[in-house]
Amino acid sequence: MMKIAGVIALAVGALLIAGCGERPQVVRYKQGTYQGKPDTPPYDAQFKGNRGEWENALATRNQAQNEYKRVQ
Amino acid sequence: MARMKFLCDAERCIECNGCVTACKQEHDIPWGVNRRRVVTINDGVPGERSISVACMHCSDAPCMAVCPVDCFYRTEEGVVLHDKDLCIGCGYCFYACPFGAPQFPQTGAFGVRGKMDKCTFCAGGPEPDGSQAEYVKYGRNRLSEGKLPACAEMCSTKALLGGDGDVLANIYRERVTHRGRGAEVWGWATAYKLPANTPSTQGIPVPNPPATGAPAGGSKS
Repeated sequence: MMKIAGVIALAVGALLIAGCGERPQVVRYKQGTYQGKPDTPPYDAQFKGNRGEWENALATRNQAQNEYKRVQ
Repeated sequence: MARMKFLCDAERCIECNGCVTACKQEHDIPWGVNRRRVVTINDGVPGERSISVACMHCSDAPCMAVCPVDCFYRTEEGVVLHDKDLCIGCGYCFYACPFGAPQFPQTGAFGVRGKMDKCTFCAGGPEPDGSQAEYVKYGRNRLSEGKLPACAEMCSTKALLGGDGDVLANIYRERVTHRGRGAEVWGWATAYKLPANTPSTQGIPVPNPPATGAPAGGSKS
């Protein structure tokens, strides 16, 4: 009787810790390192490197999408 | 400047496909390639909703993660671009993208898959800005001209907004305040879970949640 109980206890114990050795099976993707040609900032060509002016131009056009500001 | 983003207001989109046409025209997109398209849910049913979908220029882009040749890069403004000289047209990015943004032109008579093509946020690619090489490979670089994407700028109902994410969020917030609903549907605060008491989310009327079981946006007459 004791022998059977021992075997059951051992089996239950083994079952309980069975998952501990499992490894995650989900692939974790890492961001790649860009291998292509370098790109220049968008304000380099027409805005001659003047980032502030370029941002102002974009901000003005951004507000043109807000009809509550555009049409009074 | 914050990140460049698109935002499509499903309450306003009338499925005119003007954004699709503008994109095709602006960049001379070949037949069979759709950098942008309009998706309609419950088409023909009262209460149908349409949204314009293209590359969403993800902050943590899965296409960048799966590309075996690492041809993707993200600009300072948060625009996800790629180098076509490096792309091998494997299609991994297409499988990874939740929006179906990467497109592959059929370059041969037997359906040979070409190099990947996708929305560039009208920011061209790694060729010199405004050059012919850039236009041929990636389309027009409007961003370097101080302009925003053609699709958003010409949207007749201003359903599609494109530009600085913070500015878009403010435009959308103002719109929601005027019409008194929709804050729960879309928007920066919804996507990025801003705390309710931050100044940027104050003043948004929180509408009642729609009754369960009722069709979105209306009922059949």
